[in-house]
Amino acid sequence: MEYKPIRKVVSGNYAAAYAVKHARVEVVAAYPITPQTSIIEKIAEFIANDEIENIQYVPVESEHSAMAASIGASATGARAFTATSAQGLALMHEMLHWAAGARLPIVMVDVNRAMAPPWSVWDDQTDSLSQRDTGWMQFYAENNQEVYDGVLMAFKIAETVNLPAMVIESAFILSHTYDVVEMIPQELVDEFLPPRKPLYTLTDFDNPISVGALGTPSDYYEFRYKLAKAMEDAKKVIHEVGKEFGERFGRDYSQMIELYRTEDADFVFMGMGSLMGTVKQAVDLLREEGYKVGAAKVRWFRPFPSEELYELAKNVQAIAVLDRNFSFGQEGILFNEAKGALYNTDAKPLMKNYIVGLGGRDFTVNDVRKIAENMKAIIDKGELDVEVDWYHLKR
Amino acid sequence: MEIPENVKKRLSIPADEHFYAGHTACQGCGASLGLRYVLKTYGKKTIFTIPACCSTIIAGAWPYSTLDAPLFHTAFETTGAVMSGVEAALKVKGYKVKGEDGVMVVGWAGDGGTADIGLQALSGFLERGHDALYIMYDNEAYMNTGIQRSGSTPYGAWTTNTPGGKKHFLEKRHKKKVIDIVIAHEIPYAATASVAYPEDFIRKLKKARDTPGPSFIQLFAPCPTGWRSPTDKSIELARLAVQTAYFPLFEYENGKYKINMPSPKKEPKPIEEFLKYQGRFKYMTKEDIEILQQWVNHEWEKLKKLAEIFG
Repeated sequence: MEYKPIRKVVSGNYAAAYAVKHARVEVVAAYPITPQTSIIEKIAEFIANDEIENIQYVPVESEHSAMAASIGASATGARAFTATSAQGLALMHEMLHWAAGARLPIVMVDVNRAMAPPWSVWDDQTDSLSQRDTGWMQFYAENNQEVYDGVLMAFKIAETVNLPAMVIESAFILSHTYDVVEMIPQELVDEFLPPRKPLYTLTDFDNPISVGALGTPSDYYEFRYKLAKAMEDAKKVIHEVGKEFGERFGRDYSQMIELYRTEDADFVFMGMGSLMGTVKQAVDLLREEGYKVGAAKVRWFRPFPSEELYELAKNVQAIAVLDRNFSFGQEGILFNEAKGALYNTDAKPLMKNYIVGLGGRDFTVNDVRKIAENMKAIIDKGELDVEVDWYHLKR
Repeated sequence: MEIPENVKKRLSIPADEHFYAGHTACQGCGASLGLRYVLKTYGKKTIFTIPACCSTIIAGAWPYSTLDAPLFHTAFETTGAVMSGVEAALKVKGYKVKGEDGVMVVGWAGDGGTADIGLQALSGFLERGHDALYIMYDNEAYMNTGIQRSGSTPYGAWTTNTPGGKKHFLEKRHKKKVIDIVIAHEIPYAATASVAYPEDFIRKLKKARDTPGPSFIQLFAPCPTGWRSPTDKSIELARLAVQTAYFPLFEYENGKYKINMPSPKKEPKPIEEFLKYQGRFKYMTKEDIEILQQWVNHEWEKLKKLAEIFG
C-alpha cells in the first residue's frame, strides 16, 4: 500500500491520543491531571464512539495506581499506555522503577509541567528529568508531529528491548496548541507495529512465572546489569526503528540527536523538546546575520546519545546548553549529562549552561539571539563568564 | 503422595496441592495455611498479586516460587491497582474471568498492605467493579518488618512500635473494621473467614469465584512470631477468635448479612479465652480486658442487628 498521509489539525495531546488508537493499545489506565487530561479524554471519546475496539479503559483513583494497573496489564501480555504530568509523574515514581525492573514495555506520554510549589501548570522539564534513573527510555518531542511519531516508535522500541518508554511533550506549547500532523493509515501502522509478542506473561498457567520476587545479593546485581545492557542495546534499536520509520513514512529518526545546520558551525545550541523549534528558527535568522551557528536537538535523553554527542562536540568550538530544568545544588540536567559524557574524550568544546523557560517563562527567537551574542563574546575571549547562567533572572 | 479417587471424594477439603513444601513461613503460620487453601480451591488458573508482606518471603526468592500459579510481586500499596490491570488485560485478551472454568485474579495482601497503605487502591478496585478477589490475611500487625502496629492491630496489643511499658501501653485504638469499609462500597460479595474453619473458607472462596464483580475476604490468620504464642496453638487461637466473637464469621451478599458461626445458638465465650497463650496481651489489666470486651460486645451486637434487619 502506497503511503498517503492523512493530515489533521490537532493539539499535541490529540496527536498522542491518535497514536494510541493507531498503535492498537489494549489497556489504558489513567488519572486526570492538567495539562495531560485531554489525551485520556480523547481516548475515552474514541472508545465511547466505538472508534477503538478491543481496549480496556481503567479510570483509576491515582497516578500511582495508573502505573500499577498498567504494570499488571503489561505483565499479563497487553499493550499498555498511560499519560501524566508533573505531580502525577512524581507520584508514579516508585512504580516507574517497578515497570522497568520487571522489564515491561509500557509507553507513557508525560506532558512536561513545572513542579510545585509554587503551583504551576506551565512547561518545565524537571518532572521527567527527575525520573532519569528509573530505567525508562525518554524521547523529547519538538512538535505535535513528533508526539504522534514518537508514541508509535516508542512502542516498537520498548517491545523490542523490553523496557518502558516515555514520550515527552511540553505543557500547552504542544499539549494544547493545534498544528498539522501527518497521520499514517491504520494498515500501514499495523505493518510497522505488529501486535505485541511478550517473552513471558502471567497467563502461561502450565509454566507459571513469578515476577518481581525477592532478589538476593547473589542475583540482584545481575538483574541491574541486564537492565543497563538493555538500555545500551536500545541505542541500536532506536537507530534501526528511526531509520525504518523514515523509509516508510518520510520522517527519519535514525539519529538520537537531530543536527540542524551544524556542518560548519562555530558553536551550537543544544536542548530538548519544543524550545528547539524556536532555536532552529533563530539559527536561520542568525545565519543570515553572519553567525555560523547550528542546533543540536537531543531527541533521546535515555539512553543518552554519548557517541553522537562526541561526533558533534569534536567539530565545534562551543556548545550552549539550554536547560528548561534544573538540578538543585548542581546545574541544568542536560548540561551536566553532556559534560559528563565528554569528559574522557578529546572533544573539549567550551560549554555554557543557560537555564531558560522554567515554569513556562517565554523563550523567544530574540532570547536565542542574545545567547548567541554572549556565546560569541565567550569564544572570542576563550573562557566562560559564568558556567550556569540564569538567563531570565529579574535583577 | 497420590491420593486414591475414592478417598478424594470423601475429603471435605480439595486434595490438590499447588503450594509447594519447602516454603519459608514460620512454624504455625496462619497465612501460609490460608494461601494453601486458596491454591487448593482455585488450582493453577489463578493469577496472584502479592505486595510487600510475609507472603513475599513465603512465596520464595528468585528464581524459586512455592506457588504453582503465576504471581506478580508488587509494591506495598498497589495490590488493588495491579489486579485491576491484570483483569483488564485478561478481558482484552479474551480470557474468561471468574467462574469455575475461568481465570481467578487474586490479590493476596496482609493487614498493613490492606488496612493502611493499600486502602486507596483497594477502594479503587472495589468501586470500579473488577471481576477479581481481594484477600486480606489478617495477622494484626506488620509481621514481615518485625511486628509493628497496623490499623488492624487490636486494643492493648504489644507490638515493637507500640510496646507495653511498666505503667501503660501505647496501643489505645481498636481494630480498624476493614470489612465495614469494604461493604460500604456495596460490592456483590464480602466475607470474613478463619484458618480454623477451612470448609467455611473454601465455601466462601467458591462463592467469591462464582459471583461476578469484585469480592473481598478478610481471613483471620494467627502469627505465633508476632503474637508471642506457641506455634501449636495457632488453630486453637483462630478458633477462639471466632468463638469469643472477637472475629465473627459472616457474609455480606448483595446487601444481605449472614452470620455463619459454627454454633450459632451458643453465647460467645469471654474475650480472656482468646487472649490466653498470647504474649502480646500479657500486661493487660482487668480493666483493659474489660475495655476490649465492651468493644467486642458492641461490634457483635451490631453485626447481629445487621443480620436481623438485612438478613
